[in-house]
Amino acid sequence: MSEALSTALPPVKRRNAELVMLVFAIGITLFAMVEASLTRNGEMPPNLFLYGGLFGGLSLLAHVFIRFFAPYADPLLLPLATMLNGLGIAMLWRLFEATGDTSRGSAMDQLILTAGSLVVFAAIVFFLKEPRVLQRYPYITALSAVLLLLLPLIPGLGMTINGARQWINLGVTSLQPSEFAKIALVIFLSGYMVTKRDVLSLVSRPLKIGPIKVLELPRMRDTAPMAVMWGFCIIVLVILMNDLGTSLLLFGTFLAMIYVATQRSSWIILGLSAFFGACALLYPFVPHFRTRVITWLDAFNPEVYCTDEILNNSTDAFCVQAGQNSQQLVQGLFAMGEGGILGAGLGGGKPGNVPEVQNDFIFSAFGEELGLTGLMVMLFALALLAQRGMRIALASRELFVKMFASGISFLIAFQSFVVIGGVTRVIPMTGATIPFVAKGGSALLSSWIMLALLIRMSNNARKPAPVAIQDEGATQVISR
Amino acid sequence: MSELTLMLIKLAFLAVLWLFIIMAVGVIRTDLFGPATSRKRGSARGGRDAGRPRPARPARGRRNEPRSLVVVKGPLAGTTIDLTSQPITIGRAKDSTLVISDDYASGRHARLFPENGRWIVEDLGSTNGTYLGQTRLTRPQPVSIGQPIRIGKTVLELRK
Repeated sequence: MSEALSTALPPVKRRNAELVMLVFAIGITLFAMVEASLTRNGEMPPNLFLYGGLFGGLSLLAHVFIRFFAPYADPLLLPLATMLNGLGIAMLWRLFEATGDTSRGSAMDQLILTAGSLVVFAAIVFFLKEPRVLQRYPYITALSAVLLLLLPLIPGLGMTINGARQWINLGVTSLQPSEFAKIALVIFLSGYMVTKRDVLSLVSRPLKIGPIKVLELPRMRDTAPMAVMWGFCIIVLVILMNDLGTSLLLFGTFLAMIYVATQRSSWIILGLSAFFGACALLYPFVPHFRTRVITWLDAFNPEVYCTDEILNNSTDAFCVQAGQNSQQLVQGLFAMGEGGILGAGLGGGKPGNVPEVQNDFIFSAFGEELGLTGLMVMLFALALLAQRGMRIALASRELFVKMFASGISFLIAFQSFVVIGGVTRVIPMTGATIPFVAKGGSALLSSWIMLALLIRMSNNARKPAPVAIQDEGATQVISR
Repeated sequence: MSELTLMLIKLAFLAVLWLFIIMAVGVIRTDLFGPATSRKRGSARGGRDAGRPRPARPARGRRNEPRSLVVVKGPLAGTTIDLTSQPITIGRAKDSTLVISDDYASGRHARLFPENGRWIVEDLGSTNGTYLGQTRLTRPQPVSIGQPIRIGKTVLELRK
């Protein structure tokens, strides 16, 4: 307990710091729009006040809401998220509204989705007073996570976009249920780890080679959850749905949380070798997985890139046969190279050359127009967000909240890594979205849900302990 | 709009982005070194922050201030008491801060209290006396860090 007390954050509210940072973040968004419009069209953006009023008003409302309902929450979470979201909106505005082509999406849509997400955000902060109530139904949450993940497989409901079957069609709109399944999975894992932590962390079997102990392995029966997770990620997500990004995210989060709970590296070694072993085994047999690896490793090969020459003359080239090419990846890399250190300035580049730039490759658009200097800011903002989350985990008193906060912040960090690693050709392109930035309602909504959970948990971790009614004696003070 | 203006706008935007990050890190700094800066600001603003609950954390004042009272010898050896601004009473009486069950100790044996940043030990008229170093106390005397205070079979020291 004394340890928990010493890591607790001092009970200060710091809402004014949040307000200043928030106004700054809104200012950055508007500045970005002005710069894009001046550079590209040579005029002030026509509806700057509409965007400024809507976006600024919404985020200030969120701030006022936090002031009333979560006054001790971390002061950086909301401004960082607002900054990322605002940069995303400004970039979409530059990509669509500023060029006069809104057929593939628009910043106004994104703004409306942000408004909707903020309503859900407020509802979660308001109604979920104690995140530990989520601990009550771990297995039901797990079941719902699995159902959410499997929804796109239902014929008639599921949709395949860009080769990945991860969308469901709801008539008016489409939804990506895996975005919400991630959060449900973190809830389940936190609850599960709290009950099974001791078994997973203490019981072990030494693996010996001769007299030397090499590794402390967990017992066979304790590896069941990992086996289930592994099987699910490999079979359902990779083979059936071609959803590499979600698979990587879920399994990575699982490994991180089991490590946080047990502090045993053997789980990581076991899990990673199982995952990569399975990937290596699958490689010859699953064509769409092989396609992804080839477009990653051999991206600059003309046969993989699909130059016009190859397309017209050859019928057995890789890209013709697979129906996929590495143009997006390579154009994105060129765009970032074009940006250099300082970038071309918002509105000064040609991000439209990258196919589907509004989704994952919005990062390369930022790289082209803001340069490395701007990209570092975005990475910093994401890293700070994850760091604040880990800080909340350290400061919390309850085991479940510790697990939950660390799981969510790892998810934010890892998701950013998966996307940015894919765009910069560090890992294969997988198709996840940068939290808060990329276009898309499901991704935005799930990001704001995660932020709401973090804000609620940080408020509970930082608020002062209740004052005892009498100084001594047996009166227990129960916070509510 | 001239090239130069656009260039300046571009650089200004990047600078603003970095300023945001630096400010964010500044907010975090308060989390790490918290009370030090917030106390300074609180006193500068006057009474505005008076109602704010102060974090319970030992003051990081001068370097040479003792932080705790440690029992180095005797049945209670190893016990430490964190020094606050409150005086510490030592004796066999149940309501003493440090209760020592020693036949040579009196009910209310001695008292330690802070004065102007120093800790003073005072004998409360005990039967067998309180020793500071080798000398028996006749009047309240300041204690420096590491100087042994002997009460019966118990030896106490101030530590940083």
